[in-house]
Amino acid sequence: MDKKLYGLMAEFDTTTEVVKAAEQVRDAGYKKTDAFSPFPIHEMDEALGIKRSILSFLIFGGGITGLLTGLALVFWTHTIEYPIMVAGRPHFSFPAFIPPIYELTILFSAFTAVFGMLLLNGLPQPYHPVFNVPRFNLAMREKFFLLIESADEKFDYEETKKFMESLNPQEVHDVEE
Amino acid sequence: MHDLKEVQKKIYPPMVEGKHTFATVSDEIGDITLKKKTPFHWFIGFGIAFLIAQALLMTITYLLAKGIGIWGNNQPIGWAFDIINFVWWIGIGHAGTLISAILLLLNQKWRTSINRFAEAMTLFAVACAGMFPLLHTGRPWLAYWMLPYPNVMGMWQNFRSPLMWDVFAVSTYATVSALFWYVGLIPDLATLRDRAKNPFFKFVYGLLSMGWRGSARHWHRYEIAYLILAGLSTPLVLSVHSIVSFDFSVSQLPGWHATIFPPYFVAGAIFAGFAMVLILCIPLRHWYKMQDFITKTHLIYMGKVMLATGLIVVYGYFMEAFFGWYSENQYESYMIQNRIWTGPYWFMYWLLIFCNGISIQFLWFKRFRESEFWLFVISVIVSVGMWLERFVIIVTSLHRDFLPANWAMYSPTMFDWSMFLGTIGFFFTLIYLFVRFLPIISIFEVRTLLPDAHVEDHGHAHEHVGDEATA
Repeated sequence: MDKKLYGLMAEFDTTTEVVKAAEQVRDAGYKKTDAFSPFPIHEMDEALGIKRSILSFLIFGGGITGLLTGLALVFWTHTIEYPIMVAGRPHFSFPAFIPPIYELTILFSAFTAVFGMLLLNGLPQPYHPVFNVPRFNLAMREKFFLLIESADEKFDYEETKKFMESLNPQEVHDVEE
Repeated sequence: MHDLKEVQKKIYPPMVEGKHTFATVSDEIGDITLKKKTPFHWFIGFGIAFLIAQALLMTITYLLAKGIGIWGNNQPIGWAFDIINFVWWIGIGHAGTLISAILLLLNQKWRTSINRFAEAMTLFAVACAGMFPLLHTGRPWLAYWMLPYPNVMGMWQNFRSPLMWDVFAVSTYATVSALFWYVGLIPDLATLRDRAKNPFFKFVYGLLSMGWRGSARHWHRYEIAYLILAGLSTPLVLSVHSIVSFDFSVSQLPGWHATIFPPYFVAGAIFAGFAMVLILCIPLRHWYKMQDFITKTHLIYMGKVMLATGLIVVYGYFMEAFFGWYSENQYESYMIQNRIWTGPYWFMYWLLIFCNGISIQFLWFKRFRESEFWLFVISVIVSVGMWLERFVIIVTSLHRDFLPANWAMYSPTMFDWSMFLGTIGFFFTLIYLFVRFLPIISIFEVRTLLPDAHVEDHGHAHEHVGDEATA
């Protein structure tokens, strides 16, 4: 091998097979693993031991930021910087300020949801070693792939390859860096 | 057991018909975009729409040169086509968000095959809607004055004004809809990237899909983001049309100043939007042979939603008339009398009742719900009806208000019409481009509808017979 090995990838045909294989990989003690599927498989989170993402908390934080921004904007504008008297109502007439505050809350949360998701996923990432496997262009069409990275502590080329072949895959591919 | 399955199939009909695998789903939907030959009818449809869109361009050019005096609205009818069309378009957009967000939260799997182009419809409808108030400002190049920023004039916005609420609501709505749509597209763009033969399209789809590779960790966060976006869009869509209705109901004008406006407007928006979704998807499924994914069941469900929301709208019409009478306020009761029978626009009102109230009654019957032809016809009638509704609400309330000395008649000018028709052309131009260059059905979500998508031997998988079918 002249090129550095990123890991080994096993290819599967069905959802059930890949989830069962992922469970065995997890039980064998591999940590740096990943699965690739053309649609989200809920069972995969548990099978691979994926912890719940902090994303929802980030979005909550984004929402709170939006709320406070909106509140600060209308409060500062209407009581400090540019008070306008409308129909003898208080300068800080909260019910009338709900719509802008509300919309800003949603706007900030939505931005956090999308950009937080992309950031945590490390996207955009045009290049990734898995794309070097020619069969991988079926990953977003119909096939399922299971990856063990060479950076894993337990990784040993021969042994891991033998282990992956025992999972009954269609094929085991070398993933070059 | 067999009987139970039959019954379940009847209650939860399959959402994907025919024998499909992950590969065939990906190819059939993806190939519409990737296949080299564009069907001839696409060029004809696109050509017509693009031609009509030129009317919009010319009108805007003339409008900017001359000012909004070229329109027919003048005191006391200060708002006419500009706001009628704004509300009409933005209402159409709302069905897209309802389908993509609210039905997702309600776990209605039938949304899956129609959400993509319904969301596209939302975006394009909001683009059309936004043009009207923007151009109605008269000097649209100063529209940024509506945004709160420290400026040399030392002036700030009045956040108590419903028109400022509109700025916030509509711009947030447009932004969030675009984000939601794009997030939904990422995995499908990756599918197209992997299948595209043309290096240019491969590059563009690759760029847009941002290197999506279907990693389980990515899917995990993706689903959280997608679900929360749906959760955010749901109150957003309700708030947007409520705020649009505040434009009217916060004023003191008879016919506008009514508490029923927010729910009545939201129902009307969804009603009009579903009509537009049907108008778009009935021809689409034929032209692109998508009957396996957009099944008869989908059309029937949409017909039912249209009937339900239509009945809420009809209830709104009754309530408006009831308010007029029960208020014992001479201006309120004169308004409703003027609107319904003594005024010059009475025929508009009854046309509206025919379009929105009577035509939808046919949807009670299976024969009409199951007929594509009738669904299409009723949808067109409803679209016209919803436009008339806004016309009636806006023009008949304004043209005879408190002081008879102020009364006037309104009639649109040629430029009102050319601008309105122009936005319809613009809308369909965008729809045609979307159909040509992006997957019209969410491929990755349709894959999850297939029985193969379910993991077997995980305890409950077998007991839920209906699970794979729908529900």
